[in-house]
Amino acid sequence: MTTAAALFRTCPATGLKVHLPAQGLIKINAVTAIVFLLVGGIVALTLALTRWQAVHLLNDEWFYRMLTLHGIAMLVAWIVFFEMAVLYFASAILLNTRLAVPWLAWTQYVLMFVGAAMVAVEILLGRADVMFTSYVPLQADHWYYLGIILFAVGAILGCVVFFATVNAARVEKTYEGSIPLVTFGAAIAALIAIVTLAHGAAAFIPTWLWALGLVPMMDAEIYRLLFWGFGHSTQQINVCAMVSIWYLLGTLTVGATPLNEKVSRSAFVLYGLFIMIASEHHLLVDPGLSAAHKSWNTGYFMHLAVLASMIHAYSVPAATEVALRKQGYTKGLFEWLKKAPWGNPAWSSLFISLVGFGFIGGITGVVYGTEQINIIVHNTLAIPGHFHATVVVGTTVAFMGVTYYVLPLIFQREVAFPTVARLQPYVFGLSMYVVCIGMIIAGRFGVPRRSWDMNGVDGPFQVSFDPIVDMALAVTGIAAVVAVVGGAMFCAVAVGTLLVGKKIEG
Amino acid sequence: MSIYAVKPGWWNTPVHREEKIWIGVALVWCIAITLIMPVWHVVGDQNSSQEYYRISGDNYAALTDAFIEQYKVGEVQGIAVVAPPPGSDIFLRGAQWQWDPILKLTQGATYRLHLGSVDMVHAISIFPININFEVVPGYDYVLTITPTSAGEFRVICNEFCGIGHHGMIGKLIVDPA
Repeated sequence: MTTAAALFRTCPATGLKVHLPAQGLIKINAVTAIVFLLVGGIVALTLALTRWQAVHLLNDEWFYRMLTLHGIAMLVAWIVFFEMAVLYFASAILLNTRLAVPWLAWTQYVLMFVGAAMVAVEILLGRADVMFTSYVPLQADHWYYLGIILFAVGAILGCVVFFATVNAARVEKTYEGSIPLVTFGAAIAALIAIVTLAHGAAAFIPTWLWALGLVPMMDAEIYRLLFWGFGHSTQQINVCAMVSIWYLLGTLTVGATPLNEKVSRSAFVLYGLFIMIASEHHLLVDPGLSAAHKSWNTGYFMHLAVLASMIHAYSVPAATEVALRKQGYTKGLFEWLKKAPWGNPAWSSLFISLVGFGFIGGITGVVYGTEQINIIVHNTLAIPGHFHATVVVGTTVAFMGVTYYVLPLIFQREVAFPTVARLQPYVFGLSMYVVCIGMIIAGRFGVPRRSWDMNGVDGPFQVSFDPIVDMALAVTGIAAVVAVVGGAMFCAVAVGTLLVGKKIEG
Repeated sequence: MSIYAVKPGWWNTPVHREEKIWIGVALVWCIAITLIMPVWHVVGDQNSSQEYYRISGDNYAALTDAFIEQYKVGEVQGIAVVAPPPGSDIFLRGAQWQWDPILKLTQGATYRLHLGSVDMVHAISIFPININFEVVPGYDYVLTITPTSAGEFRVICNEFCGIGHHGMIGKLIVDPA
């Protein structure tokens, strides 16, 4: 028993038992995630300064190369490494149990790290100028595809470890009743992840074999269908993980209790059942699929997954309101909101993430995913405007917010540079609001996404845009620089805490 | 608390009235935005096409060449200008990194516009009216179009198709009726 007990410590703040091997894995995945965030952020700066036409920093070749790297470093590496940390936290820590099969979890880490590093090196060597989507017949070096496959296999192993841990907790009775809501949400995210990664295998394994010259090329439209079964559904994992983090932050910051477990859990089940079928909204203006097929698929079966988000959009802030009113902030309609802990970066992150995800990302997502409206926005800059509001303002800000608790609870250090930490969500989150809105405006005037130069300097004809576009892109560029500063502030606080943060005993 | 296990019986906690109203309103809205897609196919003027055929890049190129030869009226920047009669089948070809030919159409007339690629995935964006469609190699994608405004438009490629992608800009002319 002594050896088993030595593997645990008790968290003085929450009373939860912390399994030390789980803690080590949470740490390494989170740190790696933040390193990729740093890389992706530096790359983002070069991109914003190129699309801001007055600066136009990079040449065409390096612009497309950096754009490919930005997508991989942020959307794949930063978010998925962090999600692995979330999965291990939501299983081993919240269920008071041991992380099942730690060696498998280490295999997850090694595979994902090797895969991400291979992909990054291939891109930097100029052997994979294919964008995040790598639509065939564009072809990258075969090592690029292998890197993505290794990364995906690692992520699947992480999900397996998660479910094995939940099962171990159930068998060993380390909790009573039903698993916590946060763990439930993480479980739905992990289920979506497994289905998603299967689509990734279907898209990338044949493409890898094609790059090796072993099989003929897959049909370009079928590749697009399979790729988005992976590429978009991955974002649904992010949504699910982000909403779980919202509930977690509500509890950690103001002691919120879910209004109704039945409603919140049912909403997660709606994600599990219906959010998977929406990926054809990337193909709304493609040949190859009937309108009935597209409407059915992108309608999320009557938008029931959107309904789930609408439910969370009510129950998360309402739960925090109830908690704050219980603390005595009962005057008028909004005293609770005024007296909320706005100086706590985790709380401000929660609100910035919630409001930005819903009002910018969610609304544009539903509108642009409508078949006929998609005709006027497809592949314009409005699309990156939409998804930066979901994955950056939504997921990334939520993940940053929870980091302010992961540092003391898991790394056992007080957050360093508290003033920087207090300001960071505002600097990063609010400037990202502006970045998203700037891109959406430019896109609505027809500015294409993924274009080094929209004016046609290298083409037979020139294009002149409405002057509003110049202003929108300049504002986007300036706001992006501020956002990169906000991202750097986050990295400085995280790294500073690890290096010089005061140790917390316990 | 969302971080602790919940005791049995949680399923039977009643849902607050306000929350029920919210969910009800949201559900009605969700159904409405889903139905707008099929309904617009009946009542709307601008819908995506459901007509497409599989075709090899070589065959699509041959069709486009024949079309250009038949209706060519001039050349701009080395790209053929083509003036097909109203009601005809017209072809636009995407290739790294050029759209050809330059189509010269008549306002108010209806055409069957064929879109195809001979190499990568491309996408057309008719600027400045912002109409966007994906152009996928292996497919002949047919849109039935009626230009409603006259003028000179740009055809911008807005799907990344290699390093020269941003130079892939074509022209479309609509003469007043």
